[in-house]
Amino acid sequence: MAFSIALTVTRYRPEREAVPTFQTYDIPFRKDWVVLDGLNHIKDTLDGSLSFRWSCRMGVCGSCGMKVNGTPTLTCAAFLSDYLPGPVRVEPLDYFPVVRDLVVDLSDFMRKLKRVKPWIIRDHEKPPAEGEYLQTPEQLDTYKPFSMCINCMLCYSACPIYGLEPSFIGPAAIALAQRYNMDSRDQGAAERLKILSEHDGIWQCTFVGECTKVCPKHVDPAGAIQQYKLTSATRWVMSLLLPWSAR
Amino acid sequence: MSAGPHYTLYHPRWHRRRVSVWWWLQKRSYTWFVLRELTSVFVAFVAMVYLWQLRALAQGPDAYAQFLARLRTPFFLTLDTVAFLFVLFHAITWFNLTPKAIVVRARGKRVPDWVIVGSNYAAWLVASAVVALVLLRG
Amino acid sequence: MERITPLLWLLFSTGGTVAALLLPVHLFLTGLAFPLGWFDAPSYESVVRLMARPLVRLYLFVIIALPLFHWAHRFRYTLYDGLQLKHLTALIAILCYGAAVLGTAVTAYLLWTI
Repeated sequence: MAFSIALTVTRYRPEREAVPTFQTYDIPFRKDWVVLDGLNHIKDTLDGSLSFRWSCRMGVCGSCGMKVNGTPTLTCAAFLSDYLPGPVRVEPLDYFPVVRDLVVDLSDFMRKLKRVKPWIIRDHEKPPAEGEYLQTPEQLDTYKPFSMCINCMLCYSACPIYGLEPSFIGPAAIALAQRYNMDSRDQGAAERLKILSEHDGIWQCTFVGECTKVCPKHVDPAGAIQQYKLTSATRWVMSLLLPWSAR
Repeated sequence: MSAGPHYTLYHPRWHRRRVSVWWWLQKRSYTWFVLRELTSVFVAFVAMVYLWQLRALAQGPDAYAQFLARLRTPFFLTLDTVAFLFVLFHAITWFNLTPKAIVVRARGKRVPDWVIVGSNYAAWLVASAVVALVLLRG
Repeated sequence: MERITPLLWLLFSTGGTVAALLLPVHLFLTGLAFPLGWFDAPSYESVVRLMARPLVRLYLFVIIALPLFHWAHRFRYTLYDGLQLKHLTALIAILCYGAAVLGTAVTAYLLWTI
């Protein structure tokens, strides 16, 4: 049974260094601790200047995403016992600018998310007096996995295309667009198609598949993107063959 | 940060990491991905071999015999072995990834992945058997 | 370019499926089994006889042209992403798809005239 484990953590203090460095801390090893507990221990007792994001500590808020030993992970779900004997390398998520230590700036994703219109689009809203929209369990099943996204950005950090081409709209944004496209209450598929068919939309994706591998909520963004490519291509063929059917 | 969005977008003190041109060697899954993509080169190679065969056929029986002889040289045998491995890799990864792109729903539920993958492999077997029969019967 | 991307992707996908289903057995026979003498390669006469049928010519067109377009689309992205040749994106696209179109044209010509 180990008594302590080392965490090697990225430090970046823009007011005094130009590039990030590493700092190693020895923390007590507890078998029920996750990496986030380790980071909080460091901040509480060893070094109060360490900056990082976290919130729910139970895998539903998506705040604590970081690279642990090179893999994008939710630090609240990464048990220290899985990384014995250590040291455990904790770094900020790839492909986002680092603001400080382990904190990255996510505004690029926020802009892209807004672009895909992640809300129910309808031609006419049903007035409340007419009652609620009805949806069968099978209809829910078609988009439910895509609705589980917690915007943790692990998929963006795993996607090499996003790293090479920062304008790529990215896995989570497309998965969330699909969540609404496939919702039986939504009528905005044509609007989203225009946005996603742009140069930096779905066609940039080359199906590396890393996004699905790291997703903690089993959203399968890679699947969402490939399915959308097929839908988009089918619609394109239909628009060629039947140009009068405006969708 | 009370400044407007344009200022925060180009904040000079945020650290932006450059992606190395060797990015695909830094993680094993990335390397396998690039190898998978490079199978397309060998796919094109097979198409070119057949194009070459067509040209030889057009030029007559001597040219065709020369074509067959060329394929017996160690250079082409080695190249064809390597190409065969890559084409197999393409086929296996292609079939395994199909269920991600093609979602079939039956009776309200999604058909499980192994059914789609299995049908792909079954089709592969049938197609290969038909082609082999045609080419071996002469 | 953007407007025909769905077409290029469809060519890539059908090409990939054709390549996956049919090319392994073809390469095994033509590239390994026949040259190594495991089986007898079809004679010139039997091949000519086979090619008399238009369906066979169509089949040959499919197994040459579609894999070429599969290569063109995939290789274009591999160069663009793998070697980070973003500044050459137009040139790469023209070379890749151009080569596929050229190969397809030559194949069509040969299959028409043999």
